[in-house]
Amino acid sequence: MSFFKTVTSKPWLDDEAAFDAAPGGGAGTLKTKRVGLFIFIGVATALFALFGVAYYMRMMMGGWHMLIEPTILGANTVVLIVGSVLMQWASNLSTRGNMRRAKQAFFAGGFAVLLFLGGQYMAWQELIALGCYADVNPANAFFYVITGLHGLHLLGGLFVWARALLRTVDGADDAAISASIELCDYYWHFMLLVWLAIFGLLLST
Amino acid sequence: MVEHEDEQSDDENHEPTSFLTKYVWSQDHKVIAVQYSLTAIAIGLVALVLSWLMRMQLGFPGALEFIDEDAYYQYATMHGMIMVIYLLTAIFLGGFGNYLIPLMVGARDMVFPYLNMLSYWVYLLAVIVLTASFFVPGGPTGAGWTLYPPQSILQGTPGYEWGIILMLTSLVIFIVAFTMGGLNYVTTILQARARGMTLMRMPLTVWGIFIATFMGLLAFPALFVSGVMLLLDRVIGTSFFVPEIISLGDPLAYGGGSPLLFQHLFWFFGHPEVYIVALPAFGIVSDLLSVHARKNIFGYRMMVWALLAIGVLSFIVWAHHMYVSGMDPAFGFFFAITTLIIAVPTAIKVYNWVLTLWRADIHMTVPMLFSLSFILTFVFGGLTGLFLGNVVVDVPLSDTYFVVAHFHMVMGVAPIMIVFGAIYHWYPKITGRMLHGAMGQIHFWVTFLGTYAIYFPMHYLGFVGVPRRYYSYDEIDFIPESAHDLNAAITVAALIVGAAQLLFLYNVFWSLRKGEKAPANPWKATSLEWQTPQTPPAHGNWGKELPVVHRWAYDYSVPGAEEDYLPQNMPRQPFEKSGAHDPHDDKPVTDLQESDK
Ligand code: HEM
Ligand SMILES: [Cu+2]
Repeated sequence: MSFFKTVTSKPWLDDEAAFDAAPGGGAGTLKTKRVGLFIFIGVATALFALFGVAYYMRMMMGGWHMLIEPTILGANTVVLIVGSVLMQWASNLSTRGNMRRAKQAFFAGGFAVLLFLGGQYMAWQELIALGCYADVNPANAFFYVITGLHGLHLLGGLFVWARALLRTVDGADDAAISASIELCDYYWHFMLLVWLAIFGLLLST
Repeated sequence: MVEHEDEQSDDENHEPTSFLTKYVWSQDHKVIAVQYSLTAIAIGLVALVLSWLMRMQLGFPGALEFIDEDAYYQYATMHGMIMVIYLLTAIFLGGFGNYLIPLMVGARDMVFPYLNMLSYWVYLLAVIVLTASFFVPGGPTGAGWTLYPPQSILQGTPGYEWGIILMLTSLVIFIVAFTMGGLNYVTTILQARARGMTLMRMPLTVWGIFIATFMGLLAFPALFVSGVMLLLDRVIGTSFFVPEIISLGDPLAYGGGSPLLFQHLFWFFGHPEVYIVALPAFGIVSDLLSVHARKNIFGYRMMVWALLAIGVLSFIVWAHHMYVSGMDPAFGFFFAITTLIIAVPTAIKVYNWVLTLWRADIHMTVPMLFSLSFILTFVFGGLTGLFLGNVVVDVPLSDTYFVVAHFHMVMGVAPIMIVFGAIYHWYPKITGRMLHGAMGQIHFWVTFLGTYAIYFPMHYLGFVGVPRRYYSYDEIDFIPESAHDLNAAITVAALIVGAAQLLFLYNVFWSLRKGEKAPANPWKATSLEWQTPQTPPAHGNWGKELPVVHRWAYDYSVPGAEEDYLPQNMPRQPFEKSGAHDPHDDKPVTDLQESDK
């Protein structure tokens, strides 16, 4: 039912039987987890968007110097894109039932994010070596905070990824694994989008 | 982080057996609800005591010697923050949300029980970190609950050393806890409703909590962002919010930051927050009125739409808290308009409550008394809000006791009345015992009359120009002697109201053991939580079979029915022809369908 239809229904008037058939009880199903994940993505979007707004507003005030973008960021971006593609591939494979290859792609997709995080750490080191500390330039401070939070969100994803891997080793059934693959797939894409937005923001200012 | 999945799927129906898994590390939403509520009430008591101390200083300056300027500001700050976030937000969503959502929509539990348990423990951690600030060098922060920089993080503000750091840390932790809980509440409502429970058949309590949670999920990130940035300004010396400052002749290391940026972020969270507290109260009061007046709620659909409209609008009014921050008049005009518009859906709700009571069979039970007082108090505070929403009226009244009176009426007293009403209403389901009625009546009347004795005169103080957040008014000439007498009277009233709350607590604990045994459905209510096979509901809530819903939650006094209520899970009866019952009138529904076309 569309949202509009839902909020205009009159369940006390119309034929009641139609409403009695509304399905119930979805705890623990994949669909429920997907809904939960999408809502979480909404929350994280609000969080990063607000950082973006704060960034723009602060940029207009005094004491702001252009950020010296660490050179490694381009390479990191490529790694994250690869990770997302691998996850997508894993998801396609698992829907087609090729679980062995799917698991391999799933593993590689998570591994790419680990690499990305290592790269981000090197980006931080690069800035620190240049003397670009958080307290000398608010642009630096924003860089550390936003990439730091992005990294924390990725770590959350990796936690789920690692647990799914452990369960593969324990021989969990394919349905459970492919559910994890699907959820990670969405999340990986989302985190890639967030990173692209952050990167674009940094490059354009 | 959402993806903590599978824990529940395997152990869903296995009842925990040891004391630890049953009452401490519990994943049962009913236990978590009680944990949330008790923690919130405990920390709320601290805030209550702080308010007494503040009132002592205001009414009888110097009477308590340990209250110096710093202590006064610390009490004020902690009082405000605790009441708004750690008591009201936590008890409405973590407490009532947790208890009522699964029971009212007919689910066995929240959809992510493990995450739900985590939410409580992280909330507890936030409370502990906050409480710790009373014991660190320098004490808790005295920055005011709005925590405006630069003063909140500069030397000279009490709690500069550790208090502000712990406050911000605690808020960030709280937001993590809230997000985990909030994801659960929303997803459970969307996904785990019993068969036949369409969204538009849900009790308004669930709607109120649902929309408030959504708002929280979108608004708390703003507090998170400002909290993290302020923390960094304080701890590692970034300049997000702090401009160049000369302190005692020396320039500080800060430069270029924008205090206004903080205010925007804070109020982008702060205004929705006041409705996060108000909407669950709106929902609950609708149900309490309907049950205790034995009548269907008037204009159910309009009630839902009004909740939605308020939820959306409350995100575009935040700058009415900043009229005196030096904003562009055009900007102020915009926010004055949106602020006045939000009064429209709010007024619709009030009309519908009143029309629900119109010619109803009103039972003057304790929950009903609290509900009636809610309507009165909320209207009162809402009207003063309309005054403050207009820039020209707000400018002279800003930062006076008029504002204090406004927000205490509308977000202090009114929602607390509903917290009490709800506890008197659902206590029998939660514990299996009734609360003592006479004690409840005394509690109600003292609280109701007492809060008016406290806040009514504050409006007058505001008109006289008495500023808020002052430790002492002794040397201010324009404040007349009578204002000091009034302050003393307010303090006396505040202490009496405080004592009444102790009576309430006594009632809660006394009734647990000695209260009259409660029947399964003492108020003869229709919603699902009253139809559980056991009282209090057992683990899994519904025994073997999930309930099936056949009607909305407001079939009271249906003509032709034997009892004056039809539970939501009662199949359709022969006397109900086409629909159950018309919400607008007492005529049977067939007549209306004609006139409705
Ligand atoms: C029609 C409804 C309302 C209007 C027009 C309104 C308007 C306002 C305005 C303009 C202010 C700023 C006053 C100033 O600082 O000078 C204010 C303050 C406040 N309002 Fe409302 N309000 C309304 C409803 C509410 C509700 C429903 C709540 C809570 C449940 C609430 C809670 C507060 C609080 C807590 C403050 C003070 C914050 C502070 O400065 O510490 N208001 N209101
Ligand atoms: Cu507001």
